[in-house]
Amino acid sequence: MSRDRSGTATRAKRHKRIMLWSLLVMVLGTMLLPLTGYLYVSIVPAQAAQGSHNQGVNPHANYWRAVREGDKGYTSASGPYTTDTLIQNGGENYRNFRNGPISSIGPWVMAVALLAIALFYLIKGTTRVEEPRSGRMLERWSGGERLIHWYTAILFIILEITGLSLLFGRAVLIPLLGIQGFAAWAEFAKVIHNWSGPLFMVGIILEIVAWARYNTFKSYDWDWLKKFGGMLKRGVHAHAGRTNAGEKIWFWFIATFGLIGVCITGLIFDFPNFGQSRETMQWAALIHSSLGVLWIAISFGHIYLGTLGVEEAWQGMTKGEVSEEWMRQHHDLWLEEIKKGGTGQTADKAARDASKRSPGTASS
Amino acid sequence: MARMKFLCDAERCIECNGCVTACKNANEVPWGVNRRRVITLKDGEPGEKSISVACMHCTDAPCAAVCPVDCFYTTPDGIVLHDKDLCIGCGYCFYACPFGAPQYPQKEAFGVRGKMDKCTFCAGGPLPDNSAEEYKKYGSNRIAEGKLPACAEMCATKALLAGDGDMVADIYRKRITKRGGRPKTWGWETAYPPSRS
Repeated sequence: MSRDRSGTATRAKRHKRIMLWSLLVMVLGTMLLPLTGYLYVSIVPAQAAQGSHNQGVNPHANYWRAVREGDKGYTSASGPYTTDTLIQNGGENYRNFRNGPISSIGPWVMAVALLAIALFYLIKGTTRVEEPRSGRMLERWSGGERLIHWYTAILFIILEITGLSLLFGRAVLIPLLGIQGFAAWAEFAKVIHNWSGPLFMVGIILEIVAWARYNTFKSYDWDWLKKFGGMLKRGVHAHAGRTNAGEKIWFWFIATFGLIGVCITGLIFDFPNFGQSRETMQWAALIHSSLGVLWIAISFGHIYLGTLGVEEAWQGMTKGEVSEEWMRQHHDLWLEEIKKGGTGQTADKAARDASKRSPGTASS
Repeated sequence: MARMKFLCDAERCIECNGCVTACKNANEVPWGVNRRRVITLKDGEPGEKSISVACMHCTDAPCAAVCPVDCFYTTPDGIVLHDKDLCIGCGYCFYACPFGAPQYPQKEAFGVRGKMDKCTFCAGGPLPDNSAEEYKKYGSNRIAEGKLPACAEMCATKALLAGDGDMVADIYRKRITKRGGRPKTWGWETAYPPSRS
């Protein structure tokens, strides 16, 4: 009886194995067999070429095919926008990518980001400072840092509004403003966008220079990410230095995708007078708009956490000061460093400011 | 209704640039802006061919598709025109156009583009036909006068044809059937091997 059962078991196992193997062979066969065409072409290229020639293919067809693929010629006409290419194909890719994925996925990326934030806010609400406040205040961001931040932030919002107008205005704003009204706004938006872009880039570079040293990844950042910064559960906290892992990711996103992907590509087609080719400008425009939309979507998260999401975070960037309790809850390691006086002037200034604000509690 | 088309017969075009000159003269196009240009392929080599190219008035025009302010429109004759009062000079139509038709006058520093200018099939623009303002912004409106574009009218070898697509096609078909696809001269294939041309 027991042998019988084991016999059926092994048979069932064998069946399963055969089934799996035959399935694998079938899948591999359907995937690999059609590829033998490539093998054939690579083995007999000379013969194939000879064969087609003997069959009397019209050489004119090849001539015009080369033209169709962007062959260059000579033209005696001259001007900044005069090209010697009869037909350029990149434009069709530009059109399909701009009017396709960027226009259809882009708005969804932003909408989903906003919805996710709204939902998170409705469920979790504002993260409050848990300990009662002693009234001791510490410096969070210096005056210079706040200046750079708001300079960049205001320009970012200007660029965001004008950029989105140029990208989606035809679909969204023309029905509202009318075609002439929108054209007037778009003309203004283009000029504003083109002029604030390079100024914004200066702000981004200053920010990177000012904050790069606080944004090197440390081992405790991994823990922060695993706990999602303690945002999900009250009482759960993760270690963080002056900036936490989330802020570091945002920082490096801006330093790479933002600076190189959006700012540099923006310059490429903001200043068309350096002889860059149409292809370069097409790609620059596509990368600029797709990463720009992504940047905007991520910025919603940054803005949320700096305002509604975390109590007192807003004061850190406006007044420059936060309570010691806030600092302990969100940036404990930085607080330790300030207390140790390891940061020199910053900590001195923090202590001085703190004593100025509430002498009674500071001396205790 | 007619569907207006350009066609340039590469076997006839001799790169005289008469069409370019006619265009500039008829439309008072500013310096540096070329509504039409002649491109010579394989210049100075066997198989040299010249073609005059301008806006081809596409049925599904890429320029119109990417324009952020939607300033393009197609006339009932199938001519693609644009409204310079709406154009913001962003340059997107230049990126999208396969033929390099859109041109921009550069008036300001840093290569800031002015309002786009392109071939209108000598059909002016949205302003009143043959008014002074229309001429200043868009050039002549020969279509409203019952004439064809100046470039094709002036073409000495009748390489450049313009007009109703069906009639242009008929003329070209007659030419092709008469002359055949390739020169039939004895020894031509030896002198100019097909692989090189």
